Amino acid sequence: MAEVVLEVQDLKKHFHVTRGLVLQRVIGWVRAVDGVSFNIAKGETLSLVGESGAGKTTTARIILLLERMTSGSLLFKGKDIRGLSRSQLKEYRSAVQAVFQDPWSSLDPRMQVRSIVAEPLVVNTSMSRKQISVRVHELLEQVGLRSDHAQLYPHEFSGGQRQRIAVARALALNPSLIVLDEPVSALDVSIRAQIMNLLKDLQSLHGVSYLLIAHNLATVRYMSQHVAVMYLGKIVEYAEAEELFSNPLHPYTRALISAGLPVHPGDSPAEIILSGEMPSPLNPPSGCHFHPRCTEAMPICSEVEPMLRDVVSSHTVRCHLH
Amino acid sequence: MSKILLQVENLQTHFFTRRGIVKAIDGVTFHVAQGETLGIIGESGSGKTVTSLSILRLVPKPGGRIVGGKIIFDGKDILKLSDVEMRSYRGKRISMILQDPVASLNPVYTIGEQVAEPVRQHQGLRGKALRDTVISALRLLQIPSPESRLRDYPHQMSGGMRQRVVGGIAISCRPELLIADEPTTALDATIQAQYLALLRHIQRQTNVSIIFITHDFGIVARMCDRVAVMYAGKVVETADTKELFDNPRHPYTVGLLNSVPRLDRKVERLCSIEGQPPTLLNPLPGCGFAPRCGSAYAPCYREYPPELRVGGEHFASCWRLV
Amino acid sequence: MTPVVIQGRLQQLWQALRGAPLAPLIFITIFVLSALLADFITPYPPEKMSLSARLVPPFFVAGGSWNHILGTDTLGRDLLSRMIVGGRVSLLVSLLAILLGGGIGTGIGLVAGYFGGRIDAFLMRVTDAALAFPMILIALLLNVSLGAGFATVTIAIALIIWARYARVIRGEVLSIRERDFIAQARIIGCSSARIILTHLLPNVTNTLLVLLTLQVGLVILVEASLSFLGAGIPPPTPSWGSLVADGKDYFNSAWWISLFPGLAIVLTVLSFNILGDWIRDKLDPNLRQL
Repeated sequence: MAEVVLEVQDLKKHFHVTRGLVLQRVIGWVRAVDGVSFNIAKGETLSLVGESGAGKTTTARIILLLERMTSGSLLFKGKDIRGLSRSQLKEYRSAVQAVFQDPWSSLDPRMQVRSIVAEPLVVNTSMSRKQISVRVHELLEQVGLRSDHAQLYPHEFSGGQRQRIAVARALALNPSLIVLDEPVSALDVSIRAQIMNLLKDLQSLHGVSYLLIAHNLATVRYMSQHVAVMYLGKIVEYAEAEELFSNPLHPYTRALISAGLPVHPGDSPAEIILSGEMPSPLNPPSGCHFHPRCTEAMPICSEVEPMLRDVVSSHTVRCHLH
Repeated sequence: MSKILLQVENLQTHFFTRRGIVKAIDGVTFHVAQGETLGIIGESGSGKTVTSLSILRLVPKPGGRIVGGKIIFDGKDILKLSDVEMRSYRGKRISMILQDPVASLNPVYTIGEQVAEPVRQHQGLRGKALRDTVISALRLLQIPSPESRLRDYPHQMSGGMRQRVVGGIAISCRPELLIADEPTTALDATIQAQYLALLRHIQRQTNVSIIFITHDFGIVARMCDRVAVMYAGKVVETADTKELFDNPRHPYTVGLLNSVPRLDRKVERLCSIEGQPPTLLNPLPGCGFAPRCGSAYAPCYREYPPELRVGGEHFASCWRLV
Repeated sequence: MTPVVIQGRLQQLWQALRGAPLAPLIFITIFVLSALLADFITPYPPEKMSLSARLVPPFFVAGGSWNHILGTDTLGRDLLSRMIVGGRVSLLVSLLAILLGGGIGTGIGLVAGYFGGRIDAFLMRVTDAALAFPMILIALLLNVSLGAGFATVTIAIALIIWARYARVIRGEVLSIRERDFIAQARIIGCSSARIILTHLLPNVTNTLLVLLTLQVGLVILVEASLSFLGAGIPPPTPSWGSLVADGKDYFNSAWWISLFPGLAIVLTVLSFNILGDWIRDKLDPNLRQL
């Protein structure tokens, strides 16, 4: 049983929507994240899949302590982070890093690459300048850059190289978990494979876990061991990656896979085209949130919200069909 | 064998900058038949967007200029038309959809007014005739209850709907050629699937020819009859879609197809293409892909290979195929 | 994997200055040089009065002479000398006031923009109030409480101009704050102070530079206005504003007393404005190569 690095239990994040200038009245709640639970094992990748508005980015931001959760618990190496002391919280911060989607805004344009990669060490450790310099060069090499790149500025690099710099920075503190928020979607297609391979190699080398947020299901299949499909703030299906893709159960998952497009003009399995769009999270549909767009909705779907149920071993679905 | 609607011959568009000449496209040849969808696949810097702008003669000035070649549309070389004549083509006979629906729509005009604009300009309709044309365009884009949406503003609509409005503006005068430049990149997967199905529906209804510019092989597989692969300002391979997928001949196409992760099966390791796309500023002689090509040898660095027929309607430019 | 052409730093600077508007640059250079070398180039000591040489017109007018190129004032003091020294006073006061006011304003803008919420609301109300305050009133109040003088004028001008910096810098920070590298800084554990000083401040220097250059003109005008109204540099120290004031009763007769200092103000302000516009266009992010 692999060691669990991070565990999320019934995580909720509700934003209140207010109206009024002086006396603000709460007129509704946006349930951005509405009861999400999963755990990430050491050295493995869990992907959060879903379209915009599903709540994946908000979940990631909560884990990165950029947002405060409304309720639920976050357990790091077994301990609830709410009970952590200041220094332990600092340790958590160092252990959980991130690589963001946009290589053009994730690096400070006014800092040299070596300062960017060194910053986590400067802020969190008492390493000497020389030690830091050695480590920076080591990190740059690990991500496929050269030592003489260290003194340059971000704008002198291509998108793919900038992502490598971001990865080097994320690795500086030997994190246990790196949140990858669409790490390759802003890159050219011929560069994506390079970066995906780099990430996989670093994972086998260091045993670091990844929380991958991606909308491209093929990327997800290539990189992940486990997948959680989200819709309007809830997980609607969760399984091991291979199991999910060979045996998708939830109609939304099947629509996503169908929309993922065949990679060969010959094979065009029956297309599942959903009607409508993702509803506003301010006013979600009754019962199962997906029922208005579902091609297999039954009467019960608009009345009762389905619970997450274990269908096959550790393959859970939130659907009345199962 | 359908009539050829657009024939692009040896098109060259260069940008004259202080630091030298950027040969954005340098000898591009392809054709589109009536009612057919041609995919142009390429990454950033390949010249795909400049190609579409060149066809519409909207190359950004100052600095950009079409320096050579022919663009023969319905028998006439449109590069020889005056500005006034060209304007009568744009929006009426040749139309374009861009990637970002937010930027394509004017936030201060209603969608009714925006769809009406090309109709008013090119067909001179007013009053009820104008209104009916606008409504029929919106209906073709499957926008529900179009009559009630005429007075809506872009910000009142979702991303998918906005992109449909953009489509409505583009086809309102029933053009013969529609250029779609990555129209679904900003859309969610399930909305993308809807939109592509919609474009196919419009094509069946109006027999419009489509040039679909994308970086996504999945879209090509689903949408396009034929494909042209572009790299560093040139077309490196052209074929029927199925033929290209089954039998790619140019090393770039091969590399690209191998580097894309698959949704339909588990891939152990992706083969990535080393290096990155070249700069088109004062390019070196020879094939632009040579520095990254596994099979490059001496001639590749000296001279650009000629275009060869490698079978049926399948063409590629590579010294290894000579 | 070679990155884009790396130019030497000196080469970059030379490239950067290419295309700069020549006339304003030359004028500003003359202005700064004459201010620095004032003590050596004035033909006469600025306070030297000469009852015999009162109201002498400039050399190109009947009655003028090469002894006093731009003429003299009512007390026989050489106008050119007073203008040169006055220029130095104006330059000094402007620079110090900008440093002081700009420093305060930038600091407040950074803090308000980064923290947002109540801190931002409070600081912005203070800024609004400062912007609404008539500048003469500030100067007069300070004159009364601190006594007229060089330091008082400098502080007065700083208090007049800081609010604009605060507003503009806050706006910049609001947009920079949303960029991923700021979120990254929090993720790697940077304190707010570090984020503000190491990440936000260097990224607003472009805006700051443009603002500073465009403000020099304004500040010179403010100082001149205050001195003209008697609320600025007190006599006998000449400043361009007070020189203009000296001649205000003589517009019809001894017009040169007000004209030349006035002209100097106009040309200096114009030069800084043109230069500032050029710097702003050059640093515009849309044109930056990325």
